[in-house]
This record gives sequence, C-alpha cells and structure tokens, in this order.
Amino acid sequence: MKVLVTVKEVATVEDDFEISGTEIEETYLDYDLNEWDDYAVEEAVQLAEAGDDVEVVAVTIGPERSEETIRMALAKGADRAVRVWDDAIADVELLDVETKARLLGAVVEAENPDLVFSGVQANDDSFGATGVALAETVGFEWAAVVNALDTEKVVDESVASVRRELEGGIEELTDVELPAVLAIQTGINEPRYASLRGIRQAQSKPLDVQSLADLGVGAEDVASSLDVTAMYEPETESEAQYLDGDASEQAGKLADVLREKGVVGE
Amino acid sequence: MTDVLVVADHRRGDLRDVSLELLSAGGDLADAAGGDLHAAVISGNVESFAEDLDREGVDQIHTVAYGEEFNHDVYVQALTALAADLAPEFIVVPNSVNGLDYAPAVATRLDRPYVSDAVDLDYSEGTLEVTREMYGSKVETTVDVAEGPFAVSIRGGEWPPAEGIGDAEVSEFDVDVDEDAVRSNVKGFEEVGGGDVDISDAEFLVSIGRGIEEEENLELVEKLADVTGATLSSSRPIVDNGWLAKNRQVGQSGKQVTPDVYLAIGISGAVQHVAGMKASETIIAVNTDPNAPIFDIADYGVVGDLFDVVPALIEEFGGEPPSV
Ligand SMILES: Cc1cc2nc3c(=O)[nH]c(=O)nc-3n(C[C@H](O)[C@H](O)[C@H](O)COP(=O)(O)OP(=O)(O)OC[C@H]3O[C@@H](n4cnc5c(N)ncnc54)[C@H](O)[C@@H]3O)c2cc1C
Repeated sequence: MKVLVTVKEVATVEDDFEISGTEIEETYLDYDLNEWDDYAVEEAVQLAEAGDDVEVVAVTIGPERSEETIRMALAKGADRAVRVWDDAIADVELLDVETKARLLGAVVEAENPDLVFSGVQANDDSFGATGVALAETVGFEWAAVVNALDTEKVVDESVASVRRELEGGIEELTDVELPAVLAIQTGINEPRYASLRGIRQAQSKPLDVQSLADLGVGAEDVASSLDVTAMYEPETESEAQYLDGDASEQAGKLADVLREKGVVGE
Repeated sequence: MTDVLVVADHRRGDLRDVSLELLSAGGDLADAAGGDLHAAVISGNVESFAEDLDREGVDQIHTVAYGEEFNHDVYVQALTALAADLAPEFIVVPNSVNGLDYAPAVATRLDRPYVSDAVDLDYSEGTLEVTREMYGSKVETTVDVAEGPFAVSIRGGEWPPAEGIGDAEVSEFDVDVDEDAVRSNVKGFEEVGGGDVDISDAEFLVSIGRGIEEEENLELVEKLADVTGATLSSSRPIVDNGWLAKNRQVGQSGKQVTPDVYLAIGISGAVQHVAGMKASETIIAVNTDPNAPIFDIADYGVVGDLFDVVPALIEEFGGEPPSV
C-alpha cells in the first residue's frame, strides 16, 4: 500500500509587520510546516506502522527553502519526498486551487497511491480546497475535515472508515472507497516530534525535485486565474477599552471590571 | 450568463443560518450583474426547505429530492447538472464543513476558478472582486477573478439573512444520479463532547489558548478559575493537544457560549473560535499581540503577557499564584 501526504511550508507573520504592495515584507515572515499537514503526516506514519509494507511519500510544491519543511516529514517517518518546483511556478503570486490540484495530480498519477492525506487548510491562505480539488482532478473519492480514521480497516479491508467533524460537536460517520483523498483535521492524532535519529536519517532519504517538464505539465497550465490586487490591515472595529499600566496595574483594573460585572465577589 | 445559483446548507432536518445569508450575497451579485437569483436545495425535506428559502428577491428554487442527508457525490452530480441547465455566471456556496467537502470538486468539474471564504463580494465590468482574510485574520486581501463563470464560497455571519416573503417559482429538478459514482456512504451521526461540565451554562468563563505554551502552565489558569469561581474553557489547540477535554472547547466545532463575561487569555480570535463566543455579554482579551483579531470584538483589552497578568490577577483575588 502506498500513502501520499501533501505538505505545505507556510509563512507565519510576526506580531508587528509591514505590508509592501500585495505582500507582507519578507523580514516579518517565519516559515513552518502547516499545522494541519503535521497531523496528516502523523496519520500516514501511523498507518505505515499498523500495516506491513506501507510506503509513505511526502509531496510539496515549494522553492528550495521548503526542503527544510519536507525533511521534517521525512524525519517523522515518511520514506521519501517529492518537491515540485519550476521558474514558471515562482512567477505566480498566488497559486490557485486548480493549479495546485493539477501539479499534485500529476504526482498522484505518477505515484499511483491508494490514499492521499492532505490538511483541511493551510495556516496562511486558508483556502481549504486543495485536497478535495485534487481528488476530483485524479478521479479519487474523498472526505474533508476528517478527525478519525480506522487504520486497521484501511489495511485489512481497503475502505476508509472516517469521522467527519461537522459544526457544533456533531460527527458524521462515513465509509469512503479507495483510492481516496482525506483532508485531515487537527486533533486526529498527536503528532510526534522528530527524534534526533529521525532527523539524521532524513538527510539520506530520497528527495526528488520535479519540474513542470518532468511532470508533463505545460507552463500555460500554471497561469493563475486569481490576481491579488490589494493587501491591507483590516480597519479595526475595536471598541475595546484598553486597561493600561504594568502587569499589576492591569490586573487591578481587570479585577475591578470583573467585580463591576458581578461575576466575582469582593 | 448573468444568473446566480446559491446552494442551501442543511443538516439533520434543519436549514442552517448561512442558507439565508447566501441568498443575500447572491442577491447582491444578481443585482450587480442584472441576472436572476436561483437557489438549489439538495436532499432532505426539500419542499419545506424551499418554503423557508422563498425570500424577497429569489426568482427560482430548484429542489433535488434524493436521499436524506448530505452526500458530496450526490451534490457534485446535482450541481453539475444544474449548472449545465441554468448556466449561472456565479455559483455561491457556504464555507461550511459540508461546503469544504463539495465546493472544490464542483468547481474543478465545471472548470471554474474557485475562491473560498469570502467576507465581501463585488462585481463590476465582468470582474469578480473577492475580499478574504489571510494569516489568521491579520490581513485582508482583495482577489480579482477576471473571467467568469465563477465559483465562490462565503463565510457565515458576514451577510445579513435574506428577509421578506418571496414569490419564487419552485420546481423539482430531476437528476439521474449515477449510483456507481457515489463512492462514499454516510452511516450515521454522533454527538460528542458530553461529560462533566457544560461550559454553555457558565456565567463566567476563563478561556485559555495556545499562548499558554505548555500543559504544565495550565495550572495558572486553573488557579485563576478557582479563585474567581469561573469555569475553564479553551480554544481548539488546547483540546487537540489533549490538555483539556473536548467539552471545554469553544467555537465552530465545539460549544457556543454566551456567558456574562468571557475572559480570553492567549487566544488570537480565529474566525472558528469567534463563531462560538462572539455573543458573550462582555468580552475581555489578554494578549501580547496588540493586532490580535480578538481585540476587534473585545469590550476590554489587556495588551500584556499572560505570565505576568494572570499571576497578578490571582493575587488580586487573594490567591497564591502557582509557580510555572
Ligand atoms: C474546520 C475548522 C474548525 C475549527 N474549529 C475550531 C473551534 O471550534 N474552536 C477553536 O478555537 N478553533 C477552531 N479551529 C481552529 C482555528 O482556526 C484556530 O487555529 C484556533 O482557534 C487558534 O487557537 P488559539 O487562538 O488558541 O491559537 P493561536 O491562533 O496560535 O493564538 C495564540 C495567541 O496567544 C497569544 N500569546 C502568545 N503568548 C502569549 C503570552 N505569553 N501572553 C498573552 N498572549 C500570548 C498570541 O499573540 C496569539 O494571539 C477550527 C479550524 C477549522 C479549519
């Protein structure tokens, strides 16, 4: 059995930052493995541990810098990695869902996995669409916002028995035929930390870089239909009254507010 | 092509609020484009849903009576058929959990560019301008889609619900569902998060987020809850980490709470969190980041480090802060 995990290196923004044009200035950005993908990687590794002969391949679309992130997936137990990149991709400001699905779809078609795990969404652009669009692109079945998967059933019966986390504490129990893409929700498992040994081993695991030509995708296929025309800090609608001073002064004022509201006695 | 097709959201017999908001968002687009507003309702008790959806401005409602509950394969097939029949310039869907499960597939199958989680929409001269947030609501962006037909999902709570009584034409839309292509099977539903406390009953919630950093540090807010008689709740990561039980989680996938006072400590104010607590009487936020979105909805703000402010607050109420 083969499992593909899509991972994304996401940018997180420091508390204070500046925008130039339609982007946040590079100095205020830090890069990390997308929170949701961390859970997706863990789910794949747990599946590999539960079955015999399960190969886990991590896939990312990203520049060279993102190798650090994909090595994290290798350090946590993925067997090998594929990084898709090309100058034509670097030229696009915001990759649309279609393009991401097409690029990842080309990898899926080459690898032919039984299961693909993606994250529900990425921390940075929060599109929440790649996994499901990928499934449709390659003709796989899918389930989005999965917070439980019966690993044994996948291995033994080739069916993904999942729970989808709906709103308001309701879960939907669904059986999904393979091959399938599951968009993984946080909390499905406890992502492990990479061990020192894992980190060392990751350095020697295969990491293939694939260009558009390698994937048989034309440069015209990555032209985004979306154009970011503005980025700004939202005007604050805040009517908050700020409690100033040092911590003990702030605490004093806060205590007064709580007493005044009648939720804490004297 | 100038028409708008919105897709209603329902679950276990109830139309969800976002359905009426979709009619407002779709109505604005129909006005801007000079087209008609269509609504589709798929599966479940479609006739009664159609009655609820018949608000002012709705021109046509299409019912697809197939199955009881949401199934994405059925939705994708039904919407593909509807789109072929109606050729709407805009398909507008909810960014709900079920929306996440079918909208990207519908857009892909119809070869439409897809933009999710819109908080505002504007259409002029053939360009759809979508306002959406990035980086956990720290910035807003305007994304232009230059060429239709379009597919877009909207965030709940951003548009007012459509009102009035309409005189839409309600018609049954026949879809020849290919059952072999329905490859997932919904077996049932389960409610989770019962247990020892009901945070939605509490008058005063001390709510903790990822700012607490380590499980051991929870002692600090437990002590605060203790000396103030508050009930402890949290944002999602605290529950995901297994530090508190699921029944403590506030938000979209947790509980909706409306206490007299909601004290958010080290919580950024992500949209899915805010969905569960914005109706609180008084909201107080403690956060090191003055730009944290939680301050937008707070009545009182403390810009500061919780590891300084919380111990001082415990002392205010005569408690001895634990050393963490
Ligand atoms: C489908 C779906 C459903 C979801 N459902 C929910 C839900 O029900 N509930 C929910 O909460 N989330 C939910 N989320 C997750 C949500 O998007 C956020 O990831 C989450 O709410 C973030 O939690 P947080 O604010 O605690 O953490 P963060 O966003 O990481 O914020 C931590 C905050 O702590 C502050 N901080 C750090 N250190 C300190 C310090 N020393 N003192 C003071 N402040 C400090 C930081 O400035 C920051 O603002 C859902 C997401 C999805 C996709």
